[in-house]
Amino acid sequence: MNALPCTIYISFTGALLALVAGIRSAATARVVALLTALTSFGVTLMAAMDFVPGPGLQTLINHPWIPQLGIRYHLAADGISMTLIVLTGIAAVAGILFSWNIEERAGEFFAFFLTLIGGVYGVFLSADAFTLFVFYEIAIVPKYFLIANWGSTNREYGAMKLVLYSFAGSALVLAGLLWAYAAGGAHSFGIGDLAAAARHFSPALQTGMFALVFLGFAVLAGLFPFHTWAPTGHVAAPTAASMLLAGVVMKLGAYGCLRVAMPLFPLGLAFWQPAIAGLAIVGILYAGLVALVQDDFKFVIGYSSVSHMGFVLLGLAAANAQAVSGAVLQMFSHGVIAGLLFAVVGRMVYERTHTRQLEDLRKMPLHRLMPFAAATFVLAGLASMGMPGFSGFPAELTILIGTWKTAPMWALAAAVGVPVAAAFTLRVIQVSFFGSTEAKAVPATAVHPLPPITLAEKTGALLLLGATLLVGLKPDLLFDWINPALQSPLFQAMFKGGTP
Amino acid sequence: MTLSVQHLWLIPALPLLAAAIGALTPSGGRTLAASAAIAAMVAAFVLSCCALVAALADPTANLTYNFTWFDLGTGAVRLGWLLNPLTAFMCVMVTFVGTLIFVFSLGYMHDDENFTRFFCFLSLFAAAMLGIVVSNSLLFLFVSWELVGLASYLLIGFWFQKPEAAAAAKKAFITTRIGDLGLLLGMVWLYHARGTLLFFDGGAGVLEPASLTALMVSTLSCGLAVSTAISLLIFCGAVGKSGQFPLHVWLPDAMEGPTPVSALIHAATMVAAGVFLIARIYPLMEADYHHHNLPIHALTVVAFIGAITALMGALIAVAQNDIKRVLAFSTVSQLGFMMLAIGVGSWVAAIFHLLTHAFFKALLFLGAGSVIHAAHHEQDMRKLGGLSGPMRVTFLTFAVGMMALAGVPFLFSGFWSKEAILHAAHAWDVSHIPLYFGLTAVVLTAFYMTRLVAETFFGKPRSHAAGLAHENPAVMTVPLVILAACAILLSLLAWPTPWLQHQLDPQAHTEPGGLSLMMLSIVLVALGLGAGWALYGRLLRTNASAPDPLAAALPRLHAFLAARMMFDELYAATFGRLSNGLAALADGLDRYVWGGLVNLVARLGQFGGLVNREADEDGLNAGFDAVSRKVRSVGQIYSRAQTGETHGYLRVIALGFVVLVLLVMLGGVR
Amino acid sequence: MNTLQLCLLISSALFCIGLAGALSRTNTILVLLGIELMLNAANLNFIAFWRFNPAPLPATGVIFVIFAIAVAAAEAAVGLALVIAIYRHQQNIRLQDATRLKG
Repeated sequence: MNALPCTIYISFTGALLALVAGIRSAATARVVALLTALTSFGVTLMAAMDFVPGPGLQTLINHPWIPQLGIRYHLAADGISMTLIVLTGIAAVAGILFSWNIEERAGEFFAFFLTLIGGVYGVFLSADAFTLFVFYEIAIVPKYFLIANWGSTNREYGAMKLVLYSFAGSALVLAGLLWAYAAGGAHSFGIGDLAAAARHFSPALQTGMFALVFLGFAVLAGLFPFHTWAPTGHVAAPTAASMLLAGVVMKLGAYGCLRVAMPLFPLGLAFWQPAIAGLAIVGILYAGLVALVQDDFKFVIGYSSVSHMGFVLLGLAAANAQAVSGAVLQMFSHGVIAGLLFAVVGRMVYERTHTRQLEDLRKMPLHRLMPFAAATFVLAGLASMGMPGFSGFPAELTILIGTWKTAPMWALAAAVGVPVAAAFTLRVIQVSFFGSTEAKAVPATAVHPLPPITLAEKTGALLLLGATLLVGLKPDLLFDWINPALQSPLFQAMFKGGTP
Repeated sequence: MTLSVQHLWLIPALPLLAAAIGALTPSGGRTLAASAAIAAMVAAFVLSCCALVAALADPTANLTYNFTWFDLGTGAVRLGWLLNPLTAFMCVMVTFVGTLIFVFSLGYMHDDENFTRFFCFLSLFAAAMLGIVVSNSLLFLFVSWELVGLASYLLIGFWFQKPEAAAAAKKAFITTRIGDLGLLLGMVWLYHARGTLLFFDGGAGVLEPASLTALMVSTLSCGLAVSTAISLLIFCGAVGKSGQFPLHVWLPDAMEGPTPVSALIHAATMVAAGVFLIARIYPLMEADYHHHNLPIHALTVVAFIGAITALMGALIAVAQNDIKRVLAFSTVSQLGFMMLAIGVGSWVAAIFHLLTHAFFKALLFLGAGSVIHAAHHEQDMRKLGGLSGPMRVTFLTFAVGMMALAGVPFLFSGFWSKEAILHAAHAWDVSHIPLYFGLTAVVLTAFYMTRLVAETFFGKPRSHAAGLAHENPAVMTVPLVILAACAILLSLLAWPTPWLQHQLDPQAHTEPGGLSLMMLSIVLVALGLGAGWALYGRLLRTNASAPDPLAAALPRLHAFLAARMMFDELYAATFGRLSNGLAALADGLDRYVWGGLVNLVARLGQFGGLVNREADEDGLNAGFDAVSRKVRSVGQIYSRAQTGETHGYLRVIALGFVVLVLLVMLGGVR
Repeated sequence: MNTLQLCLLISSALFCIGLAGALSRTNTILVLLGIELMLNAANLNFIAFWRFNPAPLPATGVIFVIFAIAVAAAEAAVGLALVIAIYRHQQNIRLQDATRLKG
């Protein structure tokens, strides 16, 4: 448990080592990166073994950092962070396995990758709003380089859009935090201290601060209508980066909302709740509909991510224990499933066929050429449309149950997203993998045999599939962590709309 | 030997295991996959029989075994198994019919390259259906329900190379999912209201009196009882799955899958699930029934939907030419009968009809499969004909199925179950409209089934493929014979004593059957058979393109029915266009409005940069440049003194020296 | 006319000769020689004033001269090196031709 901060340091060290190893050969860099990710994942699992779920954050390390401003290097974990840290570990390992074919400047690639991972670990472990913010920024910067250097379609545009959005969000967050810090006068950025100070703020003050901080974080969680960075960013990014982007980076935003914005300003939450829920529902339906008519395979998955994150935001907006625990489970679930979908689309299909246009893919008998990819995508698609047995089902079910408690109409409207998700997922499955209706009409010579699926890809896919199935069949694994964490006084006060 | 309720999960688990084996078997291992699937089904059948024995030991008891799936902090989500006669009869039916269909598939799918995959999916399908049946929790039922949907998707789209099959699979999945949306919401509401989804839980389950009273007493602002609203939402799921009006459109298309799949879907598994669900939650459906000042009762809706479906399915079936499509619409119609039965308060009759229908519809579909297999995948009955000679076994068994479906009196099980339904409809005190709809459907059913048999089996072969047809091997005919025997023998469940009804619902008092109603329905069946024979049997069609006598008489009505009452076109023109339009709108919004806004902001930033650059270059830079130029020009003037002539420098030094000396000498400097 | 005046007279003559040479010669080496002569005239002055001082100080004049000679030697070395560089560059040592440093 106390070794958890090591995940951050291991990742940053690994980034340096990979950079050095990349000078020798790409293969060395890969191995170094994989070992790094595996080590930090191992540390996470070891910590998960002796993690005792309980209410409130369990401090891991707490040092003064900038004492003049009361900023402390304070790392702590509860069930929610544990869930997301495990997700990060899985996503990091899988991402590296799916980048096994990177040859061009591999050292730098993995260095950026691991820096991003280190930053993400840091965000999930921070108990000090300022520390969290710093790690958040660390996580944003490598994204730009990953996309702009190793990306594909329209990569500079996508990278720039993503980073500008992220920084705009960060600016709002920083402004809100500084405002709360200055107005509270507690001389501390600790989340608990800020919350205690914020209790004395007037409702109007809280409303303003909440709007700044929540909006800033929610931009990265893909809140409609600030989601437009997500599809272009996902499409432009190299496979591993899209996996991380959808898998963990969007979770950073949602986590920030849950960890900072909501418990700090419960009155603000109560004020903005209907607006957030409305936007989340619109996002679910809207992104689902947009996904229904995309021509680019990856855009479909990009929009499906926005749609799924809408469920997360809806769960957060419903602000009761069930909805929020469902939202956290959905973060995990979507991280794994979106990673898998992007892996199939970006790595298995695009890098072999060199096209993502559904019209082109329709003509290829892909289910014959790569049965493993087809089977993986079908399973991932089922998971994505919330089929029981996969992690998405208990998550969405819990969110709906919780949301119903707050407002049945929200649940009613959001549930319409379920058939929409089925529609666009089935469409893309049929067109991309099973589209070739006259398989015999295509002459055998016209179809070049595609390179076989490598062991690294299979391992990565099985890792992600295993994770979603395991959690889908036994959601208690994560609920047993999440639910006690939501019992902490901070969250309980938030659920009760600010009355302690 | 009996099966205790703790081990009830074995019944769905065995086919699931077989599905796993099938999934992991390489496509070469045909024997392994098929034998695993069939062995699992046989074993599940044996277990189901044991469960039946256990259940009939005390038909009134609801044996349960519950456990927690996951904990929500403020409440747990619990699952469980339930054993009562309803469960047990359904299990026996599903496993028995399923086994026969599996065996039939051995022959039917013999030449298919994806044989192992087919058996994997079949096993999954059966496992999911059994999961629905044994569940004691609406949630686990929903989970299995979704798996049924998934398996049906995989199986209907099994020949996905055919565009129609791929489209039909998608249509089936999405249409049923729209219904499932209601089920999901109903489930969420129920959980919200009661904090549990268990049916029976020692007094705390949702189907037990305490819960029912609570749900019935609370009303919504619109006057509906909560129980009515929840019931209707759950009924949406059943409407989707059981192909009721208005979500029936997927069911006829579902026969694009291999015929054994159609048999499985139409008889034992998928469509039965909806009826079963409503029968299972009947106490909840009925909760509002005795509450008089409500605007609407859940069961009334069910009855009318069922009646409409029964009549509509029968009408459309009259004008179809594809054998399987006729059978598909007859399924729609029969499912309507079942829903009607539940709606008028006799879920027992519905389950009885469900069981008998499962047997004879499986028989009819497998018989049709046998014909199609023999006639080289010719399904259009106008192009068949004359098969009664070469395909003796198929013909005889098919005729048994046809008579059971048409409700030919006394000997056939279909007659008794249909009688039970009509009887219940007659006894319903709300309205007799469902009864009239049902009676009309009875005539039509007898009519179109006569037409089907006459066109397919009598006369001369009207195509080359039909001429070459010959009887199929025993692996395909033996299941037909067994099913035909069952279609007759199941009469014993209801006659001479209504044994099944007593077992299912011991409290139900069955009043002595109205003899006049029975006579009326016998007359109606005879009328239908006679009309069918008069139109299609007496004057046999001579070639495939000869016009249909009915179409000649009523061309516009016939065309309307042949186009399946234009439901597909209607939905395509409304919901299809709406969702496409919305999607296009959303896409456009994203591309041009939101994307445009973002790009506009970016452009503004760029413009600001441009302005700044200009200001820099023209203002600040120009000023510095001017000053620099001045300094340079001054420097150039001074640099002229630097001649490079050493002597010149020396001279200046000397001159300076002289000046210095003069100054000293003149005493100017002290 | 006492000895001091005589010395000063000689040194003045020496200085004038050196100045005339430095200003009139075109050969760089001769210009350098002229400059050396002027330096030596200055040295002579130092010695003379020190020697004929009514209250002679410790060897200040001598030390000045020794310094000046050392500096003159260094200067001669640098000057001659420059001469060689100029010669290499323009194949003669005419001072009038070495005007490349003009502004």
